[in-house]
Amino acid sequence: MHVEVRGLNKHFGDFHAVKDVNFGITKGHLIGLLGPSGGGKTSILRMLAGLETPDSGEIVFHGKTVNNLPPQEREIGFVFQNYALFKHMTVYENIAFGLKVKKANKHTIQNRVAELVELTGLKGFEKRYPHQLSGGQRQRVAFARALAPEPQLLLLDEPFAAIDAKIRQELRSWLRELIERVGITSIFVTHDQDEAIEVADEIMIINQGRLEQKGTPWDIYKEPKTPFVATFIGESTLIGSAAELKGFHNTGGKPTKALIRPEYIEVGHLNEFKMASATEQGIVKHLHFRGSEWLVEVEVNGHKLVTYRSLEKETLTPGQEIAVLVHRAYLFNDERSWIQENGLKEDPMPVFI
Amino acid sequence: MRKLWIGLTYLVFFLLIAAPLGKMTIGAFSEGFGGFWDALTRPEALHALMMTGFVVVVVTLLNTLFGIMMALYLVRASWLGSRVKGLLNSIVDLPYAVSPVIGGLMIVLLLGPDSALGAVFEQIGVKIVYAFPGMVIATLFVTFPLMVREIMPVLQEIGSQQEEAASTLGAYGWTTFWKVTWPSIRWAVIYGVILTVARSLGEFGAVLVVSGNIMNKTQTATTLVYQDVENFNVTAAGGIALVLAAFSAGLLLLMEWSKRRKEVH
Repeated sequence: MHVEVRGLNKHFGDFHAVKDVNFGITKGHLIGLLGPSGGGKTSILRMLAGLETPDSGEIVFHGKTVNNLPPQEREIGFVFQNYALFKHMTVYENIAFGLKVKKANKHTIQNRVAELVELTGLKGFEKRYPHQLSGGQRQRVAFARALAPEPQLLLLDEPFAAIDAKIRQELRSWLRELIERVGITSIFVTHDQDEAIEVADEIMIINQGRLEQKGTPWDIYKEPKTPFVATFIGESTLIGSAAELKGFHNTGGKPTKALIRPEYIEVGHLNEFKMASATEQGIVKHLHFRGSEWLVEVEVNGHKLVTYRSLEKETLTPGQEIAVLVHRAYLFNDERSWIQENGLKEDPMPVFI
Repeated sequence: MRKLWIGLTYLVFFLLIAAPLGKMTIGAFSEGFGGFWDALTRPEALHALMMTGFVVVVVTLLNTLFGIMMALYLVRASWLGSRVKGLLNSIVDLPYAVSPVIGGLMIVLLLGPDSALGAVFEQIGVKIVYAFPGMVIATLFVTFPLMVREIMPVLQEIGSQQEEAASTLGAYGWTTFWKVTWPSIRWAVIYGVILTVARSLGEFGAVLVVSGNIMNKTQTATTLVYQDVENFNVTAAGGIALVLAAFSAGLLLLMEWSKRRKEVH
């Protein structure tokens, strides 16, 4: 289902939970709504489902405005954070509920439930009650139940929040596969960036009720549009004044801040760099072993920068003096934000011999 | 020392519950089984028991229906402001705090023949106070919190997500209530029904004020016991009291049984 949202607003009392949100979702895509807790993600999802009424704005499914349609008629499936399974019904009855309500005939119901039980790997559990299932199994029942009436849009509210870390990983890839196989447009809410990056085709970053950026995980990582997105996605260090960094003096005169990701920084001995003039002196403060690499904390001009260093390279020691090259930085001021390469990396007067 | 305390506990239990019950039973049969039977089969006694039965049935039906609705609206209604909800919530508890006699008096003042509202009803030929409707209203006033207070915590505990899930699956209000909400609250409702029956069976103060205690007309079992005691007819009073007590004991056993069922579920 093609989903279009225009100028969506929602207040809860004095609290402006969702602020003028616009977006469109292509049919068949899996979208992650990502952002800090209390940012309005769940409110957006609930308005799409019809469980909450927007104060203003338009929600369009398939070119048809659905603002006045109740949840019953929106052809959606909703998976709740705590599953919300009908606790007095068996797995079979839970999955069959939506079909029974729609008065499907008995034979159809049996076939559809059997199909979903197969698809979600719940075979043999049909007679169990929710309290006799593990967290992961309940989650699967919730999926199967939401998918049973063949909805056009699947909405998932923090689908993995209540599951322990080990099974979560497994369920993520399972969900990704399942949704691909069913081919249903899906939107899920999460506050876990790894989850969003791993599962979603596209991510929408929501902060304080606003949609900050929408795009593929790679685009968002590579080109964050707002300082919030830059800090929220990936690791980074914030530098109060970009001009203090070597190679970033020409920032347009305005006070400009810089965000630096670990992979933007290179550390090593002076002779390891081609353009030694672009490097700065730093002191290794701490070393943390991260399994496949070293996490290096290095101090440059009173700023603490963080980077990774391969295990293949010579091991550093804390207190050691070292050359640091900042390849690029994400700069922002009151007016705009942009990514800037280190100005000294390009030799201003190349000499050809 | 420990033995002393155990002994004391049993003594208190005996003095407070067993002894009066025993004395009442002996009193009821002081003139043999015939005396007990005669006391029960007096026309006014039969009428009073019948009145009590009617009041219990009507009050329980009304209280169950409106109790469930009140609980649902107090917990689920998003269209009520939190302040309105808080106010309604405390009003529900009012009958706990107000003496039943005062409850009865309020009804007489509001709907009595001297009041404006009572006069209107009188004109269309419906007598409320000193008649059956008034007794039902008075008993409803006293029993109203019982059902609401049984159901509300259960509704709060199960939350609204199961109901929302049902709505996204295409179920409308009525289906959602019967298929999703009702199975979760039915034991609370049964519990509430038992409490309502027990309370309306034994209600005295409010009914006494509203009914006027007219023999063979508005007299209930409890008000008849009161009258028999006033007339020093202890045997008759004991007989009816014994019937009421037996009924209550039966209800308590039923409640115990339903509690056990609840745990099994």
